[in-house]
Amino acid sequence: MPPVPTEALPAWRHLLSRLSGIGPLLGLVALCIAGTLLNPDFATVDNLLNVLTRTAFIGIIAVGMTFVIMSGGIDLSVGSMAALIAGCMIMFMNHLGASGSAVLAVSAGIVLALVLGSAFGAVHGVLITKGRIEPFIVTLGTLGIFRAYLTYLADGGALTLDGALSDLYSPVYYGSVLGIPIPVWVFAAVALAGGLLLNRTAFGRHVQAIGSNEQVARYAAIRVDFVKLATYSLLGLCVGIATLLYVPRLGSASPTTGLLWELEAIAAVVVGGTALKGGEGRIFGTVIGAILLSVISNILNLTSIISVYLNAAVQGVVIIIVAFMQRGR
Amino acid sequence: MSLSVRFSGVCKDFGPVRVLHGVDFALEPGRVYGLLGENGAGKSTLMKILSGYEAASEGEIQIDGESRRFASSREAEGAGVVLIHQEFNLAEHLTIAQNIFLGHEQKRGWLLDDAGMRRAATEHLAAVGLAADADTPVRRLIVAEKQLVEIAKALSRKARLLIMDEPTATLTPGETERLFALIGKLKADGVTIIYISHKLDEVERITDEVVVMRDGRFVAREATASLTRSQMANLMVGRDVSDMFPDKAPPPPDAPAALTVQGLAVPGWVDDLSFEVQAGEIYGFAGLVGAGRTEAFEAIVGLRERSAGRIALAGRELALSNPRMAMKHGLTYLSEDRKGKGLHVNLGLTENLTLMTLERYAQPWLSHTAEHAALKQAVEGFGIRTGDLAARARMLSGGNQQKLALAKFLHPDPRVIVLDEPTRGVDVGAKRDIYFLIQRLAAEGRAVIVISSELIELIGLCHRVAVLRAGRLQAVLTAEHLTEEELIAHATGTH
Repeated sequence: MPPVPTEALPAWRHLLSRLSGIGPLLGLVALCIAGTLLNPDFATVDNLLNVLTRTAFIGIIAVGMTFVIMSGGIDLSVGSMAALIAGCMIMFMNHLGASGSAVLAVSAGIVLALVLGSAFGAVHGVLITKGRIEPFIVTLGTLGIFRAYLTYLADGGALTLDGALSDLYSPVYYGSVLGIPIPVWVFAAVALAGGLLLNRTAFGRHVQAIGSNEQVARYAAIRVDFVKLATYSLLGLCVGIATLLYVPRLGSASPTTGLLWELEAIAAVVVGGTALKGGEGRIFGTVIGAILLSVISNILNLTSIISVYLNAAVQGVVIIIVAFMQRGR
Repeated sequence: MSLSVRFSGVCKDFGPVRVLHGVDFALEPGRVYGLLGENGAGKSTLMKILSGYEAASEGEIQIDGESRRFASSREAEGAGVVLIHQEFNLAEHLTIAQNIFLGHEQKRGWLLDDAGMRRAATEHLAAVGLAADADTPVRRLIVAEKQLVEIAKALSRKARLLIMDEPTATLTPGETERLFALIGKLKADGVTIIYISHKLDEVERITDEVVVMRDGRFVAREATASLTRSQMANLMVGRDVSDMFPDKAPPPPDAPAALTVQGLAVPGWVDDLSFEVQAGEIYGFAGLVGAGRTEAFEAIVGLRERSAGRIALAGRELALSNPRMAMKHGLTYLSEDRKGKGLHVNLGLTENLTLMTLERYAQPWLSHTAEHAALKQAVEGFGIRTGDLAARARMLSGGNQQKLALAKFLHPDPRVIVLDEPTRGVDVGAKRDIYFLIQRLAAEGRAVIVISSELIELIGLCHRVAVLRAGRLQAVLTAEHLTEEELIAHATGTH
C-alpha cells in the first residue's frame, strides 16, 4: 500500500495561515486605535495625510525592495542611491535652468532621476548575476560609492536647487489633487502597479520562484539572471521615483540625504510579512509595513509617554517581534 | 562485542504521510544482513530511527533485549550503533584525525590532545587498511578513501552494529573488493552489519541473511543462500516483476530521429558522446554514479557548459544555450533531484505545474481560473492524489510529487523528454503508473530518455540502453541483449 495521501489541513491551520497574512494590518489598526486614545489629534485627516505623505518615499522604495527580497536578494544602497540621484538631479536642473526654460529643466531632471535609478539598479544586477558577487557585498560597496560621490559633488556641503526652479517644482511634493497630496497618489499608483506585477504577471511568478529555490527555477527554464537583473533595475526605478518626490520638499541634497533609508525600506518589507530569505511576500503587506513604521514615529511625536528620541528603538522592537512571529516559515 | 536488535511495531509519520507502518523483525548478533527494498520502501528511515537521527512515531526498538529510544545519533553511538550515510558526514576542511574524533575530542586539561588523537587515528586507519597520513585534509581523499575514514570513525566509536547505506554506489570494482574484505574482518571481530544496497549480486555475495521491506512494511527475512536473485527482486516489488512494466512496443524502424547528439564533450565529465534517439523510442542510460549521465543531459539542455558537440532536434541542428531555448524547441529535462531542482516544494501545486509555460496563462495578466483548470486536468490525467488542490507541493507523498514533476515538465508539450531517475523515492504503485505513463508518451510519438540506476527498470522499460562509464559510451544494448550482467559488465568495465 502506498503512503497515506495528504488530507486537507486542519481548519485551525488554515485560519492561522490566513491570519498571518493580515497580521500587519491588525497591528496597524491596533496602533491607530491606541494613537487615537492617546491623542485625539492623531485621528485628524490632516495628520493622517501627513503620515502618508512622509511614508511615500520609504513606501515607494519598499515596493521595489519587495521584488528584490522576494527573489532572494537584498539592496543596501538605496539611501545612498537616492542621495546621489538627488544631487545629480539638482546639478542637472540648475545647469539647464540657467540657460533655458525652467519647465524643461524640471522635466528633464525628473527623467534623469528615473533613468539614473534604473541604470544604477541594472549595474547592481549585472555585478550580481554576471559577476557572481553576493548582493550584500555589491550593494554594500555601492552604498559607500554613491554617498561618497555625492559628498564629493557637493564638496562636503549641500547642493541647492535654484529659487525659480524650486518654486516651479515644489508643488510636486506640497501640492494636492482632490485633497490628497501628490506623493500619496504616486505611492498608491506604485503600490498598485507593484501588486499587479507581482501577483498577476509571469515576471512576478518568476521572481517568487527564484526566491523560493533558484536551482529549481533554473531547471524550469526560467531566465534567472534576466529576472534578477530586472528586480534590481525595478528597485532603482522606485528609488528614482522616491527621489523625484523628495527633491522638491527641501530643494537640496547633502551627505545626510536618505540616510538609513535602506534599513527603513527593508524593515517595512519584513514587517509586511515578506520572508527575508525570499520566495514569499506581498506588496500589500509592504505598504502596511511602511505605514505602520511611520505611524509609530508619528504617535511618539504626538504623545509624551515614550521620548521621540527612542523612535528607532521602538521600531526595532517591532521588527524583532514580527520576525519572532514569522519564525520557521 | 556484537549486539542484537528487535523492532516491534515501529511507525514513522512525516507530517500527514506515514512512511513506516508497524515494522516488526529481529536481527541476531554477529551476522551480516542485507536490507533490501526499492526506493521509498522505508529502509533508510528505519535505519535513521535505529541510529538516532530520527525518532519513531510509534513502536519500540530493543537492543540486547533492552528497550531503547535514542534522542540523538550521539546517544546511539554510545550504545554501539553507527550509521554511515550514503553522503558522507565528513568536514572536508578538517584532517582525517580531526574528523575521526569530531565531537569526541580527546583532551588534556583544557587543551586538545592532538598527538594522542593522531596516534589513535593512525591505529584505526591501519585497521581499515587506509594508507594515508592522519593529518591529510579529508578534501584531498577520493571517495573510496573517505568511506574508509567513515568506517575508521565508526570503529573509534566502538561500533558493535554498523549500518552502511549503499556503500558501493560510487566505488570501482577493486575498491568494492577491498570493502568486502573489510566487512568480513569486522564480522569476524563480532560486529553486526546491516548492508543496504540495490545491487543484488553484492548482497548475494557478502550477506548471511536478507531482510526485505516494501512500502514501509517488513516483508521477509530469509537466509541469503535460500533465495535466488529474481526471488529477491520479486519480494522487493511485491509481485512478479514482469507485471510492473507495459509491453514494449518499439517504434517502427523508419521512425524519424528525434534527438541526435554527436561528439558531445563536457569538461571533467563526458568525452565524445554520440547517440541518436528515434521518435517513439524509450532510450535508457545506464552507468555508475558519477559516470556522467546527468551531466551529459544538463549540458545538452544548456544547464552546463559544453566544450564540443553537435545537437539536433528532429534533424535540425541547434546551438542550445539555455533550458528555455531547449524547451522552445521541444526538449525538457526532469532532474533526479526532485526537491532541489525539480519542484518548488514550498509553492502550490498550480504554481509548480504552470511555471514553465506561464506565457500561456498571461495575456498579459495571469488568469488564475485557467491555471486552476490546468491543474485539475493534470491531477486527473496523471493520477496525482491530493486531498486539497490548494496544498503546497511538499505536502504530497514522494510518488505524487514525482507525478506533479512529470506533469510540469510535460506541460510545455516536449517532443523529447529526459527523465533522470524518474522513480527515485516513489512507492511501488506510483512506480507502475510512471512506467505506463512513459510507455504512453512513447506511443504518442515522443522520444523518452530514461536515466536510471535501477537495472530492473531499464531492462523492463527500454527499447535500447546506452551504458556510460567514466564519461565514455561503452555500449548500446538492444532489448534482446538487456540483462543485468551485461549492463553491470559494461558499466564497471569488466566486459
